[in-house]
Amino acid sequence: MKTKTKIASRKSQIPRVLVNLPEASDERLDLDKRIKVLKTYKIYIDGKFPRSESGRYYKLKDSKGNHITNMSRASRKDFRNAVVAARNAVSSWSDRTGFNRGQIIYRIAEMLETRKAQFIWELVSQGISRENSVNEVNTAIDRLVYYAGWADKYQQIFSSVNPVNASYFNFSVPEPTGVVGIIAPEEFSFIGLISNIIPAILGGNTCVVLASESMPLTAISFAEVLQSSDVPAGVVNILTGFEKELVSHFSGHMDVNAIIYTRNDPAQIKAIQISATSNLKRIHIRKDQNWMSPESQNPYIILDNQEIKTIWHPIGF
Amino acid sequence: MPKVNTLNFNTDWQYAEAPESSDHVQLESRYGHFINGKFVAPANGRYFKTINPANEAKLADIASGSAADVDKAVRAAKKGYKTWSRTPAKERAKYVYRIARMLQERSREFAVIESMDGGKPIRESKNIDIPLAAAHFFYYAGWADKLDYAFPNRRASSIGVAGQIIPWNFPLLMAAWKIAPAIATGNTVVLKPAETTPLTALMLAKVIQESGLPDGVVNIITGAGKTGSAIVNHPGIQKIAFTGSTEVGKIIQKAIAGTNKRYTLELGGKAANIIFEDAAIDQAVEGIINGIFFNQGHVCCAGSRLFIQESVADLVIRKLKDRMETLIVGDPLDKNTDIGAINSKDQLDKIKYYLKIGVNEGAEMYQPSCRIPQKGYWCRPTLFLNCAQSHRIVQEEIFGPVLAVQTFRTVDEGIEKANNTPYGLSGGVWTDKGSKIFKVSSKLRAGVIWANTYNKFDPSSPFGGYKESGMGREGGLHGLMPYLELN
Amino acid sequence: MAVKTRKTRQSKPIPSHFPNIDQVGIEERVARLNSRSIKKDSKVKALKLALSMIDLTTLEGKDTEGKVRQLCYKALHLHDSLPKLPHVAAVCVYNSMVGIAKETLAGSDIKVASVATAFPSGMSTLKVKLQETKFAIGQGADEVDMVISRGKFLAGEYNYVTDEIAAIKEACGKVHLKVILETGELNTLDNVRKASDLAIFAGADFIKTSTGKIQPAATMPVTLVMLEAIRDHYYLTGKKIGMKPAGGISKAKQAIQYLVMVKETLGNAWLNNNLFRFGASSLANDIIMQIIKQETGRYHSKDYISID
Repeated sequence: MKTKTKIASRKSQIPRVLVNLPEASDERLDLDKRIKVLKTYKIYIDGKFPRSESGRYYKLKDSKGNHITNMSRASRKDFRNAVVAARNAVSSWSDRTGFNRGQIIYRIAEMLETRKAQFIWELVSQGISRENSVNEVNTAIDRLVYYAGWADKYQQIFSSVNPVNASYFNFSVPEPTGVVGIIAPEEFSFIGLISNIIPAILGGNTCVVLASESMPLTAISFAEVLQSSDVPAGVVNILTGFEKELVSHFSGHMDVNAIIYTRNDPAQIKAIQISATSNLKRIHIRKDQNWMSPESQNPYIILDNQEIKTIWHPIGF
Repeated sequence: MPKVNTLNFNTDWQYAEAPESSDHVQLESRYGHFINGKFVAPANGRYFKTINPANEAKLADIASGSAADVDKAVRAAKKGYKTWSRTPAKERAKYVYRIARMLQERSREFAVIESMDGGKPIRESKNIDIPLAAAHFFYYAGWADKLDYAFPNRRASSIGVAGQIIPWNFPLLMAAWKIAPAIATGNTVVLKPAETTPLTALMLAKVIQESGLPDGVVNIITGAGKTGSAIVNHPGIQKIAFTGSTEVGKIIQKAIAGTNKRYTLELGGKAANIIFEDAAIDQAVEGIINGIFFNQGHVCCAGSRLFIQESVADLVIRKLKDRMETLIVGDPLDKNTDIGAINSKDQLDKIKYYLKIGVNEGAEMYQPSCRIPQKGYWCRPTLFLNCAQSHRIVQEEIFGPVLAVQTFRTVDEGIEKANNTPYGLSGGVWTDKGSKIFKVSSKLRAGVIWANTYNKFDPSSPFGGYKESGMGREGGLHGLMPYLELN
Repeated sequence: MAVKTRKTRQSKPIPSHFPNIDQVGIEERVARLNSRSIKKDSKVKALKLALSMIDLTTLEGKDTEGKVRQLCYKALHLHDSLPKLPHVAAVCVYNSMVGIAKETLAGSDIKVASVATAFPSGMSTLKVKLQETKFAIGQGADEVDMVISRGKFLAGEYNYVTDEIAAIKEACGKVHLKVILETGELNTLDNVRKASDLAIFAGADFIKTSTGKIQPAATMPVTLVMLEAIRDHYYLTGKKIGMKPAGGISKAKQAIQYLVMVKETLGNAWLNNNLFRFGASSLANDIIMQIIKQETGRYHSKDYISID
């Protein structure tokens, strides 16, 4: 709360836009009368940070109605471009070994650890208490480490060798579903985002994510972390914008294989369930979850975006 | 390759008729629904007939299920669930084992009726459908009291009442696929067999009755699409399991949108069977035959698209044609029949429609010289040569003994063409090179890959599709999941 | 020596590529063929056909002139109380017995086949094998059943094996050459196919599974692989090679299963004793029993059928 007050007070000195550098969380730096360089939050598609092709934006306000920054208001075409990028990335990303994907996810954790302050500050600036913000970022980093370890293990948990009644070797293995559309939680804007993206990509999927509308800052900063963590372009694509405008495209796009919806809007859920039948998307409704809880991390979430493939081969010579 | 060296399969020595005896088979003239352990007349008193597609003769009258009948069945299942879900797992297992054994005991009778009602060759119903159905019950019976070992760090509990709708291509086997895992895990069931093939499901109801399974655990309602939709929409049902067309699967998915009903769908397919130049060619040809002509091609995972590497294409096609000359089409009850009757007139019309399309699209149609009976619904095994990806006969599921043949040059091209479909149920890979099998198998977007074989099934082996071929798995450890709540 | 022979006879190099065989696929095809149900007239016809394809065989160290005479008499008179019974295709004996057999069978069209080439092991020199072959032919043998050098084959000396067969074929001239692969020692179906292709390439008129001295002898999977080799050769060249499973086929039912396999693999042209033979000693009697059963409706006893 203390920081929040500070933020509010700074508004009088620098009108309209907040100084949104991580250093700003250091109170001593606030004394600096130097004019800050402001960060433009853009969207993340195919490893790049474009603005919305539509040129549109929306004003991000804190809980008190103060204008924090402008966010890109992603359009249907941005979403389409993101799906193209995600589709292109599926083959090579899913070809990587579990070990390699684990290394990359661990690398994300390393990068995040060193940029913790920025994320805490962004959460705080969006109205989360300092304590909760610290907790959320710490939990996020630990969760990345948790999932990094699963990358070369979930296959063993969910595979089977099937003792068929004939001279065949038969086994079943999980394989990624493909392109996953994720409507990230509105609350738990950071830990919820990570908790849905990571299990999907560690299993070899790629994703297009719509960030929290009211608290999108960490999502875009997380994209910067991803970009510098050896996550190949297109594996994660993050959009900011309005759920109401975009969700029907997530559920209706014929080249999206699965959709994860994390918000509690019965009408929207029903609309998704109808629209997603167009290409039989796998639908995962993850509403009312406390993403901070330890139970919200488990390998069964990885399994949600896996298909089981069974292979038969004769045994003979 | 010179065409002069043709083999003559119209031999001086011919097989005589070898009909399976059917005198031990007992059919009633009329069947009601099986609800709460009893056979009951339909509420509206309406019946429809089921016929033998090989001679169009009526076999029996079957109750036509209305919403009232479905409601009655769901109530029975709900009531049954109260005690069944609390019955100790090892006791549940014993009932399911009993059903398995009783099926084995009466397997010959089931096989004959399956062939009469559905048109499939007795060779298949006797060697594949009925034994596999019994094996399925046997497999899942054993899981009932071992669920704690199935899913690490999770406690498994049953869901409630499952509504299950099954197709006409493997009537008893699909009933087993649906009922066995559902009841072994403590759920109760309302099952609807397809309207053209209800008999073996009703015979199974009798077996279940004799097994002493508590009333209401398994309820079987007969009828057509409307009956199915009454099941899907009934609020007392917690889970839908459907096997059938992608079109109907989507309708079901839409119908239950906004509810908390869980579902598994096992839908259509247009599987690629890929023959590489280093394959064991003669065995590959046999695999092609099994892939597309098994059960008249009425198989969702049929290898209906054949891809042959160009360097061996002429040889494979020649061998395929010769092999087709030896296929015997005719009386499903003859032990030597390879290809039986098309399941219904509707299906035959659909197949004929596609044959016309194939010819109009410019593909070269080939059928062997076999004789087919006058009465009943028949289709000669058919190849379409020189097909392209853009042909409708390549893109759309025909569900008949019709194979679209294409060639490819490189491995990449083969994989790309194989995946160029909205479906993803199964695929075949034929090569002698181990590393190629693994690479191609992992690149094919389909739930079941048969490498150097085709159309093999087993209760312990998970089955189900990618993409528009469905979701969820049936069979094996993974087949338990749709019927369990994991906490 | 071997190489020389080859140069005079062969101009093409031996095949370097052999089709792969999948064992399970073959076994499943065999199982499906075996599920054919042969009843009534079809069965009687098959039984008579099988009878006419038998190479009635005695290949024992204790063979005597008396034994061979009895065998030949049996070949001529399978079961005289059944009229219109065909007689067997040939008798098959050691080369020292060829003269006796020819003499006993004189006037009939039953052929005399002689094993040769250090049967059953084949462990001798080409020179000795050629001598033996020429001796058998000199004695009047209509057909020669040779064995391949399995040791050389398994050691990868395919040229040796091929040249040897070619040399024997040359010695045979117009006499029909059956090449015994002794598949029980080749172990894999891939080897069976390879040996079949080499034998056919080298000039075999027939390919034959076994000597009968090694277990397993003829099996249906092995026979199917060999029939497929014959079919591929026919596709390519139009030349029809014969097939002879030998050893272990003693029941009428088995014989019919082999005929089903021939019918559905190679078709009509092979369903006669010019291109298909059974090497067997006790098969004939079981077939006769079955024919009697078909005609009388009564199951029969061995006591009523001569056992020469």
